[in-house]
Amino acid sequence: MSALEAQRPRAPSWLAGRGFDTAVFAALVLLLWQGAHLWGGEVAMTTPLGTLLFTAKTLASAEFWPHAYATLSAFLIALVIAASSGILIGAVLGFHRLSGEVAEPVLVAIYSIPKVTLYPIILLFFGIGIAAEVAFGALHGIIPVILFTMNAVRNIKPVYIKSARVMRVSGWPLFRTVLLPATLPEVFTGLRVGFSLTLIGTLLSEMFGSKRGIGFVLMQAIGLHNMDVIMSLTFLLVAFAGSVNVLLLAIDHRLHRRA
Amino acid sequence: MKPATRLRIVVLVAAVAAVELSCRSGVIGAFTMIAPSQMVVSLWELLASGRLHNDIARTLTAVCIAFGGAVTVGALSGAVIHALPRLRRTADPLLAAYYSVPVFVFYPMFIVMLGLNDRPKIMIGFLYAVAAMTINTLNGLDRVSPVLLKTARMFRMGWASTTLSVVLPSAAPYLFTGVKLAIAYSFIGVVGSEFILSTGGLGYQIGFAYHDFNNKTMYALILFILGVVLIVNMSLHAWEKVLMARRGLQ
Repeated sequence: MSALEAQRPRAPSWLAGRGFDTAVFAALVLLLWQGAHLWGGEVAMTTPLGTLLFTAKTLASAEFWPHAYATLSAFLIALVIAASSGILIGAVLGFHRLSGEVAEPVLVAIYSIPKVTLYPIILLFFGIGIAAEVAFGALHGIIPVILFTMNAVRNIKPVYIKSARVMRVSGWPLFRTVLLPATLPEVFTGLRVGFSLTLIGTLLSEMFGSKRGIGFVLMQAIGLHNMDVIMSLTFLLVAFAGSVNVLLLAIDHRLHRRA
Repeated sequence: MKPATRLRIVVLVAAVAAVELSCRSGVIGAFTMIAPSQMVVSLWELLASGRLHNDIARTLTAVCIAFGGAVTVGALSGAVIHALPRLRRTADPLLAAYYSVPVFVFYPMFIVMLGLNDRPKIMIGFLYAVAAMTINTLNGLDRVSPVLLKTARMFRMGWASTTLSVVLPSAAPYLFTGVKLAIAYSFIGVVGSEFILSTGGLGYQIGFAYHDFNNKTMYALILFILGVVLIVNMSLHAWEKVLMARRGLQ
C-alpha cells in the first residue's frame, strides 16, 4: 500500500464489497415487503416468511405438479419452435440482404405491437388448449431470435469468409469453425431475450383462456381471493425466471467477452 | 423510394390480398377470421356509432398515465443511478434481468391491493415501461463524452446549462429509444391487463367480443389497437430521423 493511500482511513473491505451491497438491497426489499403487509393487511399481501412457507407447502402438494408440468411443457415446446425456426429464418434473412432489408422494419413493427391483442385470433385458429399456448408463446419469442440472428449473420466480417475461401474451407467445417463462432454471442443474446418473451407469452395465454397451467391457477386464485396462492405462485415464477436469466446472462457475458 | 421499400409494400399488399381471398373464398371460415376489408368497414361503423368512445378514452388515458409516469420516474432514477456508482453496481444485474420476469404475474396481486379498477392496469403498464426508460437513460448518460463535460466545466457552465446543452443532446438518441419502448410497453401492459381481467377498456371489449363470438367487433378492435400503436411508432420514428438528420448523423 502506498503512503498516500495509507493516510486516508478506509472502510473495512467487506463493507465495500459487492456482496454487502446485494445483501443491503435484499434486506431493503424484504423490509418493503413486510411494510406493505403491515400497511395493507393480510387481505392485500402475505408476509415474506408466510409466502415462503406456503411456497414450500405448494411444492410438496400433489395438485401443483400437473399444472407446473402443463405450463413447463407448453413453454418448452414453444421455446424449441421459437429458437429453431427463429435461427433458421434469421440466418436466411441475414445471408440474403434484400429479403433482410424488406423484412426488418416489418419485424420491428411486429416486435413493438401489443401481441396480447392477437391472442383471440390465435385461439380461433388453434382452439383452447396446448396448441394455442404453444403458438402464442412461440409468437412472442421468435421475433427477437430472428432479429438478433439476422444482425449476427450480417455482421460476420467479410474477411473471415474470404480467408475461409482462400483456405478452401466450405460446407460443415466452414460452419463449425467460422460461421458458428462468429455469430454465437449475438444469437445467444437473441435466445436469452426469446426465453423471457416465450415465458410471458405462455403464461399470458394460460391466464386468458386455458383450463390448466400456472396462469390458470393464478386466475382461479383471483376469483377465490386466495392471497397465499397468488403470492407464492408469483414468487415461484419470479424466482424461476430470475434465476434462469442470471445463468443465461452469465453465459451471454462470457460469450461476448471471448468474441 | 428504395427498391427494398417498394418490394416491402408489394409483399405486404400481396399478404393482405391473400388473406382477403382466403376469407372470401371460405378457405378460412367466417368463425375464424373475417376478411380485412370487412374489418375496416366494421371498425368504421364502430367508430361512427360512438359506442366505444368510452372504452377508447379509458384505455388511452390509462396508457398515457402509465407512459408519463414511466418516462418521468425512469429518467429520474436513471440519472440517480448513474450518479451513484455503488448503487449502479447493485442495480445493473437487476435491470438486466428485469424483463425476464413476466410482469403480468403481479396483476392478480395489484387487483387485490388496489381494487378492480383502472389503477392495477396503470401499475402494470408503468412497471412494464419504467425499466426500459431507466436502462436507456443509463445508456444515454454513459455515452456523454467526458471531453464535452470537461469543456463545459472550462466554460464554467452551471449544472442546468450543462444538462441542457451538453448532456441532453448527447444522450438524446438513447432517451428516444427509451421513450419509444415505454410507449410500446405501456400499451402492452394496459391492454394485456384489460384483457386478463378488468371492468372496461379496449382489451376488455376485445375479450368480451371473443367470448360473445362477435368476430366483427373483435377484429375491428384489434385492427384499431394495432393501427394506433403502429401510427404512434411510425411518427416517433420519423421524428427521430429528423432529429438525427439535424445533427448530421444520418
